[in-house]
Amino acid sequence: MSDVEFAVRCQNLQKRYGDVVAVDGLSFEVRRGECYGLLGPNGAGKTTTIEILEGLLAPDGGEVEVLGRRWKTDEGQLRQRLGVQLQETQFTDKLTVEETLRLFRSFYNRGKTIDELLGLVELESKRGSWVVKLSGGQKQRLSIACALAGDPDLLFLDEPTTGLDPQSRRQLWNILKRFREAGGTVLLTTHYMDEAETVCDRVAIVDHGRVIAEDTPKGLIASLGAPRVVVHQGTLEDVFMAHTGRHLREE
Amino acid sequence: MPTDARATYRPLVELTLARFREFVREPEALFWTFLFPIIMSIAMAIAFPAGGGQTVRVGVTAGAESHALRQALAGVKDVVVREIPADAQLRALRNGEVHLIVAAGSPPTYRFDPMREESRLARLVVDNALKRAAGRTEPWHAKEDLIQIPGSRYVDWLIPGIISLSIMNNGLWSIGFMTVQARLRKLLKRLAASPMRRRDFLMAPVIARLAFLGPEVAAPLVFGALAFGMPIRGSIISISVVAIAGALMWGALGLLMGSRARTFEAASGLMNLMSVPMWVLSGVFFSASNFPDAVQPFIQALPLTALVDAMRGVVLEGATLASLWNELAILLTWTIVPFAIALKIFKWR
Repeated sequence: MSDVEFAVRCQNLQKRYGDVVAVDGLSFEVRRGECYGLLGPNGAGKTTTIEILEGLLAPDGGEVEVLGRRWKTDEGQLRQRLGVQLQETQFTDKLTVEETLRLFRSFYNRGKTIDELLGLVELESKRGSWVVKLSGGQKQRLSIACALAGDPDLLFLDEPTTGLDPQSRRQLWNILKRFREAGGTVLLTTHYMDEAETVCDRVAIVDHGRVIAEDTPKGLIASLGAPRVVVHQGTLEDVFMAHTGRHLREE
Repeated sequence: MPTDARATYRPLVELTLARFREFVREPEALFWTFLFPIIMSIAMAIAFPAGGGQTVRVGVTAGAESHALRQALAGVKDVVVREIPADAQLRALRNGEVHLIVAAGSPPTYRFDPMREESRLARLVVDNALKRAAGRTEPWHAKEDLIQIPGSRYVDWLIPGIISLSIMNNGLWSIGFMTVQARLRKLLKRLAASPMRRRDFLMAPVIARLAFLGPEVAAPLVFGALAFGMPIRGSIISISVVAIAGALMWGALGLLMGSRARTFEAASGLMNLMSVPMWVLSGVFFSASNFPDAVQPFIQALPLTALVDAMRGVVLEGATLASLWNELAILLTWTIVPFAIALKIFKWR
């Protein structure tokens, strides 16, 4: 499954909860080796979308293909090849970093050693610390290390830097950079403009469960037109405003 | 990317170790696991003394008219006489302060509740003593051959029941709560996103429970043997088999109770609903045979009844496992069916 062109393809994805339409005909493709960002405000349907792609939620309609396979028929093989970081996962307080990593590593047929994982996320010095003693940034790095335990081809990250301080965010971006240099593909959601500009090759702006614009961060900014760029350096924030008439972080 | 194919990691071992560590790093949980059965045994042993006869507490009025009564009863073996004013007598009777009220007269009046066993006993003892004091001649005096067989006293009967109860409580509550906690912390969802086999996750806490079973069962048994001279007639193997079967069963039932609950309140409601009736019905504190015949098949099929009966069988009677096949089959059924249902209906998010 490592020779397919697209790591993720989804077509006309639909998901509703009662009367609320969370995902409304969403389509996009993630190429192998790229970092693709779903950018949008809270409630735009990003988490629902990524959880459908992770095989945790069944869509009401639409087609999903991950690493050239389908969840219905290939769940076992797919899970071996994916790394997943979810919002709000709290690992067991009184297990150490090393014990938590060993646990997750044990689920995979192949993968990295505990030492390699600790090195990747720079948690060597916290190897023997209980999870409850870690800072927010360290917990998030542990979560990424667990996602990397099986040496995945594709990494799903749901708002990986929400609530982190600037230094922790940069640390996390560096981890992503190293993962991609080794050939990995990343799909992440974020509501931070600067994050999308820094780490993503391509970005889809999601609002009300649909993709309203998709391009490289540069391309999206350029689409605002020349005059604006002269006035000030355009950002994705401006792109979002131009498309929706709202600020990104309004809720 | 360098990968690590040589090292072997066994998911079931790691999951079991995680549960084990989580538990031993919680000092309160450890404390209650081992102390609960001992505290219960001591409390019950004090409340229901094993050796010596029960004393009979008799209430009489303080005045001169009952002087003769008090004299007649003074010095009678196992009888304690209390002077209680007339207006407080009924209350003393109701509270169990005295078992019988004797009002002076010719003949005297006995006031008591015939539904209370100790009151009926008091009536016989007092009646006998008063008639003898009034000059009744005894046709003969029977010889008494007093024996006390360890193993047939209440405390002996009680301890295997308490052990069964603690196997129930520890299995049900620790596994049920850990499961709900992992769901609340979204850890279950994260695990479901990994290639972990779901069966392994559900088996791990049940297996981890077995690590504590040894001391948990041994502590009250040794305590009973040393403090009360309780006999332990069964082999270590058969006691272990019954204890393990019980622990696996309550583990499976704990999983089932925690399989869908989203809050601790919901889970404890379910677990109380399941376990509290069994505290009463399953014959831990008093024999289940007190209940009418019509409900006996139901009571005998309860998981705690089967465990209590099997535990008493191996500890007190030295019953062989083969002779307990009926109880063991009930335990096994209550293990497999709840586990299968839990696996099926378990909510991972």
